[in-house]
Amino acid sequence: MNENSTKSIWKVIGASSMGTLIEWYDFFIFGSLSIVISTKFFPADNPTAAFLSTLATFAAGFVVRPFGALFFGRLGDIIGRKYTFMVTLMLMGGATFLIGCIPSYESIGFWAPLIVLILRLLQGLALGGEYGGAATYVAEHAPLGQRGYWTSWIQTTATFGLFISLVVILLTKSFLSETQFDSWGWRVPFLLSLIMVYVSYLIRKKMKESPEFSKAKAEGKTSTNPLKESFGNRYNLKFVLLALFGAAMGQGVVWYTGQFYSMSFMKTVMHLQSDQADTILGIALLLGTPFFVVFGWLSDKVGRKWIMLGGMLLAVLTYRPIYEAMYQLSNVQQKTKLNETTAPSSQQNSTIITITKSQYADGTEMTNSKIQHQEGELKGKETVKTAVHLTGKNYILLIALIFIQIIYITMVYGPIAAFLVELFPVKIRYTSMSLPYHVGNGIFGGLLPAVSTYLTTNAEASNTPQFYLAGLGYPIIIAAVCFIIGSLYINNKSTPSNHE
Amino acid sequence: MNNLKKLLGIVWIILAIYTAYFSIFELAIPKISTGQQEDLVFGIIILCILTPIISLGLGLFGYYSLLGEYNNNKDVVQ
Repeated sequence: MNENSTKSIWKVIGASSMGTLIEWYDFFIFGSLSIVISTKFFPADNPTAAFLSTLATFAAGFVVRPFGALFFGRLGDIIGRKYTFMVTLMLMGGATFLIGCIPSYESIGFWAPLIVLILRLLQGLALGGEYGGAATYVAEHAPLGQRGYWTSWIQTTATFGLFISLVVILLTKSFLSETQFDSWGWRVPFLLSLIMVYVSYLIRKKMKESPEFSKAKAEGKTSTNPLKESFGNRYNLKFVLLALFGAAMGQGVVWYTGQFYSMSFMKTVMHLQSDQADTILGIALLLGTPFFVVFGWLSDKVGRKWIMLGGMLLAVLTYRPIYEAMYQLSNVQQKTKLNETTAPSSQQNSTIITITKSQYADGTEMTNSKIQHQEGELKGKETVKTAVHLTGKNYILLIALIFIQIIYITMVYGPIAAFLVELFPVKIRYTSMSLPYHVGNGIFGGLLPAVSTYLTTNAEASNTPQFYLAGLGYPIIIAAVCFIIGSLYINNKSTPSNHE
Repeated sequence: MNNLKKLLGIVWIILAIYTAYFSIFELAIPKISTGQQEDLVFGIIILCILTPIISLGLGLFGYYSLLGEYNNNKDVVQ
């Protein structure tokens, strides 16, 4: 590749990745600020608002994304990749900015949660359309034999998007007082999106249409009905099914386990301090992110199949021991207690709080806050909140255990864009690759926290000794089935596409 | 290998049927019957979104596999 074409492909990568990163940022900012959003728009004492809140969580995150994939995928295969992912970018940015402008429930009542729900749905639709467009656009610019490497940059954006959303929130919090942040500061990360989207728009505007699509269009070889050709044609539908059950389904659950279930496990099962859990995940994400590019590059050399399936197999075989080790790191029943101090009880509003701090021989600290309720529905009842703080080698070990899971993510996720792009012909590529990707991630992956929590709760209720591992049943079974299907039905041919 | 793929087609169809049973009777209905709104939405999504995708999709995949659509001499798959 000469210097000019290298510069040109870096421009393509930069423009595509930045837009996709901003879309992920916009999407994750809602989740990261969900607690403050719920107090502003979805008051728990109003059943309708609470119902809309649940819909906003489930519907936009999981259900709407595949519809976005179909709608924008079709547009992308008819009109072109560039214009379609410009639309998704503007849609996402506009929706995010407007969420930051909506008056609270106290000001406009029922309209507030309803508008948030509609905007959240638009975010889901936009995300469903964006990824396939960016991956296709980059892959169609990439030289043959290097698609894995170049598209892997797009693959880093989801992780970076989550990371940047956390950083922006932390920075905003650090400049404002708690009252200011709660009053108006939480809107800042949403409003900032408009500037980022505008910059990305200006960059993307200068880009040209993908060469493969332009050629197909010039030759009159584009599809007039991509949905029908993608899913109404047995020849192509069997590849869509194979992409879903042999790759995307397993990739979705491995991605969600490492990046989200691990976080939830640290906070709710290990009872780790929230800030420490966020920091540990952040460090592991930073250390692991370069491996998206490493495995993308490697997939050009040795093929996509066994890297992706290797990540799934490792996940299937090691998730239980990894989570067992994580659990034991904070299991104080196995540790030697050095001392315990109880502070005098303090009265706060209608509760009496008693804080007990314990220190253990390996440096672990545990704080138990016993809250006695004096008024309201909980009057006379007691709740206990536990926060564990790890230090020294336990802290390092926990980072290592999360890092291993991030490596599995990079193995399954790094090469998958190139894999999906190469599975389908140019004329229906955007539509055909977007749907299995978003069903795999949005449906199989997105439902993972809810299904796994349900399995864990059931196991705990039935007194299963290792109840804390029960939630892993879902990702392990899905990844195992996906591994078997992928290893038997997918051939390990890296490039070029069999359709070209 | 082609015979194994065809044979496994039956396994995927059976798995699709079992998954439908498990998703409906072990996951969706118990959730819907708790009466809580969050559980209701979750149950409906399991019933109307996850179950059809897994059951119909995997069933169709198994059917194509049984017909030999994924045989090596038929197409080259990446």
